[in-house]
Amino acid sequence: MKLVIKNGTVVNPLVGKTEKTSIVIENGKVTEITAKPDTKDAEVFNAEGMFVAPGFIDIHVHFRDPGFEYKEDIFSGLEAAAAGGFTSVCTMPNTKPAADNVETIRYMYERAAKGNGVKLYPIAAATKGLKGESLAPIGELAEGGAIAISDDGRPIQNTDLLKRVMEYASTFDMMYVSHSEDLYLSETAQMNEGYYSTVYGMTGNPVVGEASQIARDCMMAEYLKLPIHIAHVSAALSVDIIKFFKERGAKITAETAPHYITLTDEALGGFDTNTKINPPLRSEADRLAVIKALKDGIIDAIATDHAPHHQREKEVEFNNAPSGIVGLETALPLVLKLYHDKELPIERIVELFTAGYKIMGIDGGKIEVGAPADITVFDPDYQWTVDKNMFKSKSRNTPFHGFHVKGAVSATIVDGKIVYSRDF
Amino acid sequence: MKHLLGIENLNKDQIMNILETAVSFAEINQRQIKKVPTLKGKTIINFFAEPSTRTRTSFEVAEKRLSADTYNIAVSGSAIQKGETLADTALNLQAMGPDAMVIRHSVSGTPQLLTEIMDCSIINAGDGFHEHPTQALLDAYTIWQRKGGFEGLKVALLGDIYHSRVARSNIYLLNKMGAHVSISGPGTMLPKEVEKMGVTVEKLPKYAVQDADIVMMLRVQNERASNLLYPDVREYSRYFMLTPELLKLAKKDALVMHPGPANRGVEIDDVVMDGEQSVILEQVSNGVNVRMAVLYLLLGGADK
Repeated sequence: MKLVIKNGTVVNPLVGKTEKTSIVIENGKVTEITAKPDTKDAEVFNAEGMFVAPGFIDIHVHFRDPGFEYKEDIFSGLEAAAAGGFTSVCTMPNTKPAADNVETIRYMYERAAKGNGVKLYPIAAATKGLKGESLAPIGELAEGGAIAISDDGRPIQNTDLLKRVMEYASTFDMMYVSHSEDLYLSETAQMNEGYYSTVYGMTGNPVVGEASQIARDCMMAEYLKLPIHIAHVSAALSVDIIKFFKERGAKITAETAPHYITLTDEALGGFDTNTKINPPLRSEADRLAVIKALKDGIIDAIATDHAPHHQREKEVEFNNAPSGIVGLETALPLVLKLYHDKELPIERIVELFTAGYKIMGIDGGKIEVGAPADITVFDPDYQWTVDKNMFKSKSRNTPFHGFHVKGAVSATIVDGKIVYSRDF
Repeated sequence: MKHLLGIENLNKDQIMNILETAVSFAEINQRQIKKVPTLKGKTIINFFAEPSTRTRTSFEVAEKRLSADTYNIAVSGSAIQKGETLADTALNLQAMGPDAMVIRHSVSGTPQLLTEIMDCSIINAGDGFHEHPTQALLDAYTIWQRKGGFEGLKVALLGDIYHSRVARSNIYLLNKMGAHVSISGPGTMLPKEVEKMGVTVEKLPKYAVQDADIVMMLRVQNERASNLLYPDVREYSRYFMLTPELLKLAKKDALVMHPGPANRGVEIDDVVMDGEQSVILEQVSNGVNVRMAVLYLLLGGADK
């Protein structure tokens, strides 16, 4: 089986090249990058006017499987990933049971193997039951194929335990992913603390809670000389702290999500529970600082924090709604806005969507002869209106329904197989 | 206007229209027979998902004097206790064909949610810390009747601003009508960036009360003391209670207001509460006039 992606603009930042060319794929691998491909007996994907990039990697998704399959399961999650242009995803461990045992990790791999081909890499729990009380069997989890550890959503508050988690995990080269939140400050919070929480009459979660925990975790990483990854950075102060520790030479990487560069806390005015996210949508100054951090390289990656919830869970009084929104299928156009607004060059956009290869040590990040053909083709100019009812995800919890956006995934290719293509 | 969700989205003319309409209902409420057929045949559900004596009774009195058929639901007696979601309860109530639902709920934004689920008029009787529009309107009515207008008045708003929907609705309303609001309360009870709502923030009540035309007290929610808002009642009353001495700093003819229920000896001294300047019970009487006006304008007045 031979596939030729013809005449696209190949954006290959790791190789340092952006050029109009074609890619020949055989047996799941890239066999040739050439302007004059031999298309005899080949399936041809015409990528004229499109960008052809290394497969996108989303290092932060929640697939709810096992335990909450009514929100999302691994199959629907992988379909949503493919529709969003992602060829690899890293799943967070807050399933039921939590991914704190090797059987659950194996189950995830087995289910993913029966999926559409998009690669799934589980992030395991750092502590037993995500309870923040005792160490998970990190060695066995690593052996089972977990790619990192995290207590995402229920951050470790006990600093001594955090130290031990990082120390113990280092034996197995497992990196800790920090969901940075001071639970005392956010306990009853519904949104960011600021002018809009005052006006809307809701309890606020101050930026300080996120930033202080990022500071703590970065200090710990520097002290232990271990890498750490900071999840979903949402605030200007957080950016400054990450910058401070990066400049000191600590091994820190960080991600943000498309919603933090698109919306602010003003968006909660309609009391739409699809604007309830953790960390919360912040102020306009924070939004601009996060965009700048993407530009400056302080934030390394875009991750969606894809968090499906069933409509009946979201159609409730605001305080009773769970936090989180789906993100896989809207990420690209939201981030491409920065390209259209001339904030970021296309090479940087592609870097941000593929940085998972270096952060998590996943195969990918570049298109090269001999490498697995994980490729994302997208049309940067295609205009469409987000319709949540068209999502491949089982869930519909998005604040972007009805948004007019520019840029769409044309095809998602994993190991040389087209797992998604859009009917324009 | 179909719903009354808050003061934020009302303009000055709409507010004055409500107050002026309330005047004619005040007249009715002075009669021997305080009942008119205006809303005969209309069905109104009062859904109170949070304890309330004053507001609920006031709405019910207003509805009955307008001859509407009214039904009261409290959470303890509703299907929500049995695990039904609010959305499903709302759909079921909608199926019974009410013309309006008056809703009190502890979560901000719930009345807005109901407008998306139900077809009838939704009247916000207080949501979370967000808004309590009819309270602000009855406060405005009281001020208007007593002071003849709003322009240039200084209103001191004292106490727990953070948790107060009354404060937010009053700030919106008084600003729209040209009054000036000074607020004061302990730091734990002042929400962030509240000055951007167009109020002057004073550290201690004595600065806010200085030369005020109106001193409006807010209830200290005793049940919140456990939330580390203030050390104890003794300390709170020492610095934030409206005493006769504090009131002397206001204008001589200043009015003392309180949305109730008041904690005597905590945020307001008995002498002040029962004193000549207090219009607290007048507020309650005016509540019926104003709520009749709101119901009339939403349900009966539009097509007349």
